[in-house]
Amino acid sequence: MSEVIFFFEVLAGGLLAGVMYALVALGFVLIYKASGVFNFAQGAMVFFAALTFVSLTERGWNFWLALVVTLAVMVLLGIVTERVVLRPLVNQPQITLFMATIGLTFVLEGLSQLIWGSQPHGLELGIPDVPMEWLSQKWNVNISQFDLFSAFVAGGLVAVLAVFFHRTRIGRALRAVADDHQAALAVGIPLQHIWAIVWAVAGFVALVAGLLWGVRNGVQFALTFVALKALPVLILGGFESIMGAIVGGLIIGASEKLAEVYVGPFVGGGIESWFAYVVALVFLLFRPEGLFGEKIIDRV
Amino acid sequence: MKRIIAAGTVALATAFAGTAAAQNEQFIPANFYWVGPYAPGGSGFGGGMIDYFAMLNERDGGINGVKLTWEKCETEYRNDRGVECYERSKKKGPTGATVIHPLSTGITYSLIDKSIADKIPLISMGYGRADSSDGRVFPYVFPLITNYWSQNTAKIKFIGMKEGGMDKLKGKKIVNIYHDSAYGKETIPVLDVQAKKYGFQITHIAVPHPGNEQQSQWLQVRQIRPDWVILRGWGVMNPTALKAAAKVGFPRTKIVGVWWSGAEEDVIPAGDAAKGYIAAGFNLPGTNFPVMQDILKHVYKKGKGDMEDSSRIGSIYHTRGVVAGIVTAEAIRTAQNRFGKGKPITGEQMRWGIENLNIDDKRLKQLGAVGLMNALKVSCMDHEGGGAVKFIQWDGRKWNVISDWIASDQSIVRPMIEASAAQYAKEKGITPRDCSREK
Repeated sequence: MSEVIFFFEVLAGGLLAGVMYALVALGFVLIYKASGVFNFAQGAMVFFAALTFVSLTERGWNFWLALVVTLAVMVLLGIVTERVVLRPLVNQPQITLFMATIGLTFVLEGLSQLIWGSQPHGLELGIPDVPMEWLSQKWNVNISQFDLFSAFVAGGLVAVLAVFFHRTRIGRALRAVADDHQAALAVGIPLQHIWAIVWAVAGFVALVAGLLWGVRNGVQFALTFVALKALPVLILGGFESIMGAIVGGLIIGASEKLAEVYVGPFVGGGIESWFAYVVALVFLLFRPEGLFGEKIIDRV
Repeated sequence: MKRIIAAGTVALATAFAGTAAAQNEQFIPANFYWVGPYAPGGSGFGGGMIDYFAMLNERDGGINGVKLTWEKCETEYRNDRGVECYERSKKKGPTGATVIHPLSTGITYSLIDKSIADKIPLISMGYGRADSSDGRVFPYVFPLITNYWSQNTAKIKFIGMKEGGMDKLKGKKIVNIYHDSAYGKETIPVLDVQAKKYGFQITHIAVPHPGNEQQSQWLQVRQIRPDWVILRGWGVMNPTALKAAAKVGFPRTKIVGVWWSGAEEDVIPAGDAAKGYIAAGFNLPGTNFPVMQDILKHVYKKGKGDMEDSSRIGSIYHTRGVVAGIVTAEAIRTAQNRFGKGKPITGEQMRWGIENLNIDDKRLKQLGAVGLMNALKVSCMDHEGGGAVKFIQWDGRKWNVISDWIASDQSIVRPMIEASAAQYAKEKGITPRDCSREK
């Protein structure tokens, strides 16, 4: 295999991996946009959603029925989170809300294992995670069908969410709430409903991310770690930008894979996990708000 | 008044009886992990060990009348929690903790000095420091059955057999994909020595923790085009590696995993991508062994089993825990034979028991464990005591045994162990024991 083809294979693999990171990052962005809170529990939500789905299918439930029920569970989880965790904390400092999501993480992780057990599960969605033969044979390049499918799903989600946030009344209300809770309440925006909606949507995104990551890694506790993959994406792309999540994901995915393959062997390997943060921090030097983040100007 | 005195007498008698019973118990801490990313390994291993002890209590009334007791402590596979559980459990029971199974290389490292000070032996069966096989320097650590270095030489022997002889390894390419941790790096030195000896080319590729993304590592594998890949993973790294191998078209029949990459929990999440994958093992799965039948009969039929999911009974991790139970119980029996039958032993006496453990083929038959594990003979010089490995292959549904017990290459391993242990002794100011004076 020529070096050039190999380079493009690494690059393509990195971009497609970045799409998977972006999927997780989207969940963070949604909550942040609507409440200004960094939802520490997003990884746990991904795990909870995937584990619920796979546990139902393993008990003989029809695929679509399990999907609908899991979605309903995630929506319910969003509503309960708003009622029990967030509503009592309206107008509290954001750090308080952040700490509440840390608590939620441990509750969700424990609850998931309590209900469904701690055993890993296999998950197949009917799309093989193997190289496309025609591409392998003609160009000697391995691109997985499943990776392409994931990219398509992520692209679709981004488009839908972008329209939702910018073209609908609820979307505009979400953005208003994110800017200022009290001001939003003052103009009649029902804060509780907005938060419940956005947590439910984040639950849906967690389900999608959980299913796609579950196919790749199996459905097991380690799914909670995918949140770590989303952090550099958020730093780079900006915490409140859906477009930033996808672009950040692509940049992080490509750069960490290229670094691992071309720099890793000279420094002992295993660098991609922290190299992603190096890239993100370098970007921060030039754009502290992230690539697509909103510049905040405080006037005194 | 009489009634009060009578009631008091009964209460006192009951209390004394309880104390007497408690005095005739042997306490073994169950410091494992039932939650978190490594829970499948911890719960399976812990469950197997507890099930074996429960079976001995139910079937035989314990060991020579001494009931085995245990208490669970959740370590979460974290060093700090492992040390906390150790401290919490070391003084429990009439003679304190008999022995500790840390079930983590990291926790084992953290407890080495403490175990010497407290005189409580550590059994790091199939993990931990390979050089602790030298009992002269590590009197309280027992990496029983097979340490990582021994296992690795057996792996290369297996690959040599598959290639048609060790001489055929010359010029071959082997990639070692390892978890980027102390555990993962443990076999790099021995692989380098073997590569030099047999003339194969070895490339070590690190996978950062937790190993849920391995695209770049497997693209490097694709570029190197090795003849074999050694997988030294743990937890989510294993199914992810098998999936990634499928993605780059590397045959799974050419991947040989360490035993911590060779359980059902490592292959089931990978689905079809795991078919054909080979792993090393020092214990075999199944419920047909007489000892497993006894566990089913005396423990599970009475509703006293530790495994919540009955489908996991007889899985690799579960039978590994049963093997740990056998080794522990036999060491207690050995110590009792020396220090007094029917009495609980101390940690120090247990150390002697483990060091003089001899589970030969005849004893394996009596235990109903022929085929479940290999014979084991420990000594002051050799805290490993076995050194043989079998290889198993996943067919998509179950593991199949594809080799006989393959002995490790001690001509490579032992000098490395002694050199490394001597270096450790020098750093710590330890004077190695003279094994000829040990009785």
